[in-house]
Amino acid sequence: MASKRKIATCSLAGCFGCHMSLLDIDERLLELLELADFDRSPINDIKAIHGVVDIGLIEGGVCNVENVHLLHHFRDHCRILVAVGECAMTGGIPSMRNHHSLKSCLEESYIRGVGVENAHIPDDPELPLLLNKVYPLHEVVRVDYYVPGCPPSADALWHVLSALVTGRDPHLPPALLKYD
Amino acid sequence: MSPDSKKTFRLDGREIPFREGQTVFDAAMAAGVYIPHLCHNPDFEPHSSCRLCTVIVNGRPFASCTQPAVAGQDVRSDTPELNEMRRDLTDMLLVEGNHYCPACEKSGSCRLQATAYALGLQDSHFPQLFPHRDVDASHPDIILDRDRCILCGLCVRISRSVDKKNVFTMTGRGIATTIVVDSPSGLLADSKVSRDDEAVQHCPVGALMMKGEAFKVPIGQRPYDRAPINEDSVARFRAREAALHG
Ligand code: SF4
Ligand code: SF4
Ligand code: FES
Repeated sequence: MASKRKIATCSLAGCFGCHMSLLDIDERLLELLELADFDRSPINDIKAIHGVVDIGLIEGGVCNVENVHLLHHFRDHCRILVAVGECAMTGGIPSMRNHHSLKSCLEESYIRGVGVENAHIPDDPELPLLLNKVYPLHEVVRVDYYVPGCPPSADALWHVLSALVTGRDPHLPPALLKYD
Repeated sequence: MSPDSKKTFRLDGREIPFREGQTVFDAAMAAGVYIPHLCHNPDFEPHSSCRLCTVIVNGRPFASCTQPAVAGQDVRSDTPELNEMRRDLTDMLLVEGNHYCPACEKSGSCRLQATAYALGLQDSHFPQLFPHRDVDASHPDIILDRDRCILCGLCVRISRSVDKKNVFTMTGRGIATTIVVDSPSGLLADSKVSRDDEAVQHCPVGALMMKGEAFKVPIGQRPYDRAPINEDSVARFRAREAALHG
């Protein structure tokens, strides 16, 4: 086998459930590490991709400006970009806020919410600006592959990842294709 | 065997027997060949709106659920082009509603979801529409969640011809089409609908559901968790065919 592949991962508007599922591949992680190294990822806390990586795995949809920048950073530095999980693929649960205006969501949380004290909408410049809606990845950048599921099972993730690392077809067999 | 059953047409190169008056769809399913479908339920009259069951008959596309079987026809169904079109139609049905499968009570018994699995829909090509649609939770036993309605028209047809109540109808045009309820307030609570109505039992998705029953069967043990929809539909169809015609 030629040189090892490089993998980068990140979570945008997600819950880290997809990353948990990635860790759930258990001892197959060792097999994966034989074939690939992790570049930027919450798993090793590296903050930015250096050079070009082969595979970028992105969990979560796009809900704020920081997400947009990180998504573009991944698209620019990953040969293959994979949308992992329902949120990355469709917007998922966070996109339920799309049925309300951003203003009314913020007011519900920070002004009218139960038990709110010192009611005001946070405006610290450190906070990333929220987008009007939550978007799936493919509405912002080109996406090469998808792994549906909430989260995708460890077996589904392993199937797609091991296929991409070894140059096989990453299509899921029916038993591993789930949207929930 | 009746003499009629000796008549056959060719489906993807296989001879399929049929009875006079049977549709291409019914004959194919009875012979064990799955054709993806959503708006059709063999217990009720078809109305060919979803177009998922489209097949090529002698070179031209037809909805197989309403197309009469004719001896000697050449029918194509399981082709890359037709399956691609079916995948796109299913993808479009998903993006034009608000389908949050991870949070949906119907997940695992939903025909839209199961059909998407059977077609291998592993990606998404279209922008999400995120439409604003009303949920009607006014009735004590029944909920109508329009976010998940795929406008298959089954509730409309069944309420009209089986329950004889005309509780449901469709209004609007194109992308603005929606299901409406016949009652002074437009709400289910003020309509003639009741929990025993056939019309509320056959919604293929999680749009019309009985309250308090959604989690009686746990996730993981639901119909399409146990068998993929292609196997499940063919098995049901054959059992039904055997019961009706022996
Ligand atoms: S109705 Fe079916 S496709 Fe829609 S959210 Fe529920 S399970 Fe998913
Ligand atoms: S409510 Fe259900 S049965 Fe009625 S049209 Fe919508 S999807 Fe079909
Ligand atoms: S099943 Fe035939 S058109 Fe819908």
